[in-house]
Amino acid sequence: MTGHIARIRMTRDVTVTAAFVSLIVLLVAVAALTSDTFLTQTNLTNLLKQMVTTGLLAFGMLVVILTGGIDLSVGSVVAFSGILTAGLVSGLPIPVAMAVGVLSGVGFGLINGVLVARFGLAAFVVTLASLTTIRGLAFVYSEVPIAPEDPAFFTLGSAMAGPIPVSTLIMLAVFVVGGVFLTRTPAGRSIVAIGGNAETVRLAGINVPRHVTLAYTISGACAGLAGVILASRVGIAQPSVGVAFELDAIAACVIGGASLAGGRGSARATFGGVLVLVLINNLLNLYGVQSFWQQVLKGLIIIAVILVQRTNRVRG
Amino acid sequence: MSLELRGVRQSYGDVEVLHGVDLTGRPGEVLAVVGANGAGKSTLIRVLAGAQRMTSGELRIDGERVDLRSPHDAHARGIRTVYQELSIVGGLSVTENLLMGAFPRRRGGLIDWPEAHRRAQELLDSAGFGAIDPRVLAGRLSVARQQMVEIAKALAGEVRVLVLDEPSAVLAGSDLDALFALIRRLRERGVLVVYVSHRLAEVMELADSIVVIKDGLIIAATEPARTSETELIGLMAGRRLEQIYPARRETTAETRLAVSRLSRKGEFEDVSFELRAGEIVGLFGLVGSGRSELARCVFGAEPATGGSGAYRSPAEAIAAGLALVTEDRKRSGLVLGMTVLDNIALATMRANRRGPLIDTAGRKRRVGEMIDRLGIQPGGCATMPVAALSGGNQQKAVLAKWLLAGPRVLILDEPTRGVDMATRVDIYRMVDDLARRGLAVLLISSDLTEVLGATDRVLVMREGRLAGDLRSEATTEDEVLAYAIGQAA
Ligand SMILES: Nc1ncnc2c1ncn2[C@@H]1O[C@H](COP(=O)(O)OP(=O)(O)OP(=O)(O)O)[C@@H](O)[C@H]1O
Ligand SMILES: [Mg+2]
Repeated sequence: MTGHIARIRMTRDVTVTAAFVSLIVLLVAVAALTSDTFLTQTNLTNLLKQMVTTGLLAFGMLVVILTGGIDLSVGSVVAFSGILTAGLVSGLPIPVAMAVGVLSGVGFGLINGVLVARFGLAAFVVTLASLTTIRGLAFVYSEVPIAPEDPAFFTLGSAMAGPIPVSTLIMLAVFVVGGVFLTRTPAGRSIVAIGGNAETVRLAGINVPRHVTLAYTISGACAGLAGVILASRVGIAQPSVGVAFELDAIAACVIGGASLAGGRGSARATFGGVLVLVLINNLLNLYGVQSFWQQVLKGLIIIAVILVQRTNRVRG
Repeated sequence: MSLELRGVRQSYGDVEVLHGVDLTGRPGEVLAVVGANGAGKSTLIRVLAGAQRMTSGELRIDGERVDLRSPHDAHARGIRTVYQELSIVGGLSVTENLLMGAFPRRRGGLIDWPEAHRRAQELLDSAGFGAIDPRVLAGRLSVARQQMVEIAKALAGEVRVLVLDEPSAVLAGSDLDALFALIRRLRERGVLVVYVSHRLAEVMELADSIVVIKDGLIIAATEPARTSETELIGLMAGRRLEQIYPARRETTAETRLAVSRLSRKGEFEDVSFELRAGEIVGLFGLVGSGRSELARCVFGAEPATGGSGAYRSPAEAIAAGLALVTEDRKRSGLVLGMTVLDNIALATMRANRRGPLIDTAGRKRRVGEMIDRLGIQPGGCATMPVAALSGGNQQKAVLAKWLLAGPRVLILDEPTRGVDMATRVDIYRMVDDLARRGLAVLLISSDLTEVLGATDRVLVMREGRLAGDLRSEATTEDEVLAYAIGQAA
């Protein structure tokens, strides 16, 4: 009977994964068949590059969501780290400037985490406040866009490793390492467990505030990295970039089956969510759908995907 | 009304857990359902409550075939269910929990709170639980009180069948008496009471008829007059149990835990005791006496306000070799969304690493051994979500988590709640075995027989103070109770 149960669970997981993979294949197939431009080198490279921001933000968001929290500030962090890096390039070596950009994200994440975990404030409120604060700081730093002249600044965002952009590889690495972190390390398991039942975790001798803080710090780091890469890819850093990026990140997690109540979600499924989201965006662009209609359609598609997921889970 | 189940089968996914159950209940009868953990009792009850639709089979009410489509459907027919797991909403008042949306209104549509509280009080009174104040937040109440609210909630409106899944597991003393009195009153009014319990003594006392369910089949139907506890245990377990409590051991002089004048404001005061290696000490007290609070404080889960001997945090307590099996597995024992494996390994993750990573192979092996050792059913359930285990097996999973940590001092808060008799005996034996190997054990229990039978010494708490320290061999249940209610000579 036991082997039986294990088998059922496995088949169910397999069906969900299969459904997901077929959805992505379907999207690609539809795109390839209905648009001449989809399969062109330019579009595919573009697609891979566009994935990077959403992907990085989604992974960080996933870690926070697993604890039962939310990080609304990531879009502002993208803007801040990008403009900070671009501003520093004139005075500092490029790698150092970029590292500082990423570190600014780490710092913001840490502050979010401490406010949520040590002071027990609601994540929604804390990160909503930092969303506006950090956005403000980005404008304080520079009201106008900054475009560094040094071509080396563009390398991170535009370099290719064969057919694949380096930035995409970085994002993939974050998912792979992040997946291992969440499933195979004590800290990762603790983060998942905290979202399930923080009291049980606390009584198991695990430092809950420290792990929650870590989760927000990871999210901040991912957002910082995303900001630096984005500025480097576009070649110009704007204080106004990244508005509503947190929504795509949350959507990717949810499409991947993460529960906003915490305790459920995986790196792999979230990556699937990112793919779905980015493909939809790309398709709507290729069809030349007007951007407001794009927003409407995207919203509807997200709801549809989640509904399909839900029925799957209930039936299982 | 009479209730008849015919050939009920029920599956979760592809696994069938009820294999054709026949059951008849008559009006004005207390029908007890007994069986080992995982036998299918709660599943049967979910079918009766309309919470789950049977895979096949039929339900007849007063001879007429009905199809319960939802809990609401069952409710409307007068079938009320109190589930094994509490469903009280802690953030709402008792009144809100009891009336659940059916609030009396003033003109203009606003809720008439005085009237709502009055109705809630009436409901509590009629259930015999009048001591509960309907205005307080339900989450502030003890587990026992929450259970009583849950039962009172089921009594609103026209009740014809009352189904109780282990209602007494968290009750003791006068609360338990109140429940029994309520059941007898309902029986007189012609209500059919379906009663699931692992406490066979109360089953023998209350029931008019008893059915034994084993592995998803009814294997015996009998009456208290025609059977005995020993026979029932034998039927449930499929084996004979010779002796419930192991023989006593020698205790040593080595002190493992010394608590001195420990206080926590509003909960307990000036408590001193010692646990020695190889000793099993019981801690008895009525609800509200501060036993669980004392245990949590010693373990560092809550700060002390005075005295010494308590740890500053759970991490520190665990490092010193303490383990605490808490009384409420859902709230503080398990992470319900995770697998059995994750849950059992939770307290030992850091200790079992290979570099930065969890030693997954080793973890799987150790957890597997623990599942076998405690007989957690179904065997090899490591990859199942812990929420899919039956209540008693969930309790064993919590125990497994702490045994894996290899503690030197084990604090057990109601460890046999919801655990079947045969498994209880296994747990007593295991605790005894651990004590023989030098562990010190503090066993908190509301079960007087257990608190005397399984221990060397019993500490009795009353209103936050230690009222007695008695040798288990030399005392009686009456004496312990007298200390607990403050009437000891
Ligand atoms: N949601 C579920 N998914 C899969 N299996 C389940 C689920 N709920 C229960 N089971 C399985 O069904 C069987 C019967 O469980 P049930 O809860 O009815 O037992 P029980 O007799 O009430 O036990 P206990 O005395 O421990 O409460 C068990 O093997 C259990 O693991
Ligand atoms: Mg049960």
